[in-house]
Amino acid sequence: MPFKMLDGNAAAVEAMKLAKVQVVSAYPITPQSSIAEKLSELVASGELKAEYIRVESEHTAMSAATTAQLAGVRAATATASQGLALMHEVLGMTAGNRVPIVMPVVNRGLAAPWTLWCEHGDAMSERDMGWMQFYCQNVQEVLDLTLMAYRVAEDENVLTPAMVCLDGFFLSHSMQKIDVPDQELVDAFIPPYKPKNLYLDTKDPMFICDLTGPNEYTEMRYQQKIAMDNAFDVIEKAQKEFSERFGRELDIVEGYRTDDAEVVLVALGSMCGTAKYVVNKLREQGKKVGLLKITVFRPFPVKQIREVLKGKKVVGVYDRSAGLGGQGGPVWCEVSASIKDLECDIRHYVGGLGGRDVTAEHIEQIFNELMEIYAGERKYHTQWIDVKENAMEIRQVIKNV
Amino acid sequence: MQKQPEAHMNKSKKFRVYGPVATVFSSSNTGSWRLERPKVNFKACIKCGTCAKYCPANIIEIKKDQQECVVIDFDYCKGCGICVNECPAKCMTMIPERSED
Repeated sequence: MPFKMLDGNAAAVEAMKLAKVQVVSAYPITPQSSIAEKLSELVASGELKAEYIRVESEHTAMSAATTAQLAGVRAATATASQGLALMHEVLGMTAGNRVPIVMPVVNRGLAAPWTLWCEHGDAMSERDMGWMQFYCQNVQEVLDLTLMAYRVAEDENVLTPAMVCLDGFFLSHSMQKIDVPDQELVDAFIPPYKPKNLYLDTKDPMFICDLTGPNEYTEMRYQQKIAMDNAFDVIEKAQKEFSERFGRELDIVEGYRTDDAEVVLVALGSMCGTAKYVVNKLREQGKKVGLLKITVFRPFPVKQIREVLKGKKVVGVYDRSAGLGGQGGPVWCEVSASIKDLECDIRHYVGGLGGRDVTAEHIEQIFNELMEIYAGERKYHTQWIDVKENAMEIRQVIKNV
Repeated sequence: MQKQPEAHMNKSKKFRVYGPVATVFSSSNTGSWRLERPKVNFKACIKCGTCAKYCPANIIEIKKDQQECVVIDFDYCKGCGICVNECPAKCMTMIPERSED
């Protein structure tokens, strides 16, 4: 298998190219831009036999991709942050009409304050829109999870679109040595696209997204819920087949040194790499700590999480989004609910916002706090782990001059 | 009163699909929105065709050779009442959709 030096965006493009997408409609936005640019280069050079639709916004990008896919092709788009927010309305159309688009989302914080940098707030805002969400730890996972996403999304028992979430800059612009599978191998894993449910065909017309009254809306939402339930089996099968064909393991959740751990930190995205490093470091000091990495956030893997967290007395959850006004961030809320009947002290941490690095020091501090809570030496934890002490007075301006 | 265009569906095979979809759908049958419908007093009608000219849905046909000369397609008549207002002979009235006449 050929190895390539790719950043996360290039890996996402590589996966879309290997999946032989036939229509691309993407609007460039930092830090996703190089996905849109690279795809257009591939189309222009003829390396990717696809139609590239130039659109004026993400709202149109998603509309064009959704309707193109309804016409019977595999369509591609990608976005980030404000672009994802602008797509919000159409995301529901894609999911509700059961159009299995796979979309890389390059995670970046939402304005205001304007930011270009990584956090999960953009994708978390769309977590209940009926899309699956897979979070990548490294660049290899961007490629692997994107390929897997096509298999899962297009399965006739799922028919649900999927976001492959990669951390802005930390993954999108960081180069790693990537194992890129041969086209023939991918062709066997991802067959040519066949519309299995709704489609637009002038020879066999159907009207899609007609006005649906209260007598049927619930049932159509229920169909989507069942699809989400079905997704777990399909993901497991796809991951098993993936490892057989490509030789790499993928997980729904990964318990890293959690078997005998006294405290466990739950995290998702690129920070899991840092967290694993810290786990190994603290293990050398004899501290029994572990990491629970969530790859599949939608559908939320309650069963798998309970298996890992069963019997744990103290758990911390790291949210890379603020969860303003909530009891905690969205990941903490979900994890709490999934182990609500277990006796477990579950603490929420917020950090890594707007591009702030999730450092080994901060994760070490979290583990130490959790260990102290476990030992009964500490009551409270530092909810915003990396906030500056002078948070309330960071800017001064001259007024009324 | 409303003709449902379902006849051709009975002949073809049905497939189960997920999501909002229709090949025959009641919401296109805009006549179903109607609360009142126009009724013509054909004895007073002067067959001028004014109602047909003003109909925003273009679903009134004048058949001068017939006694019931104003033919309204009730599949699509929304019951807006413009024809009744414009009739120069005042031979049209709006009656409740569910009335017997």
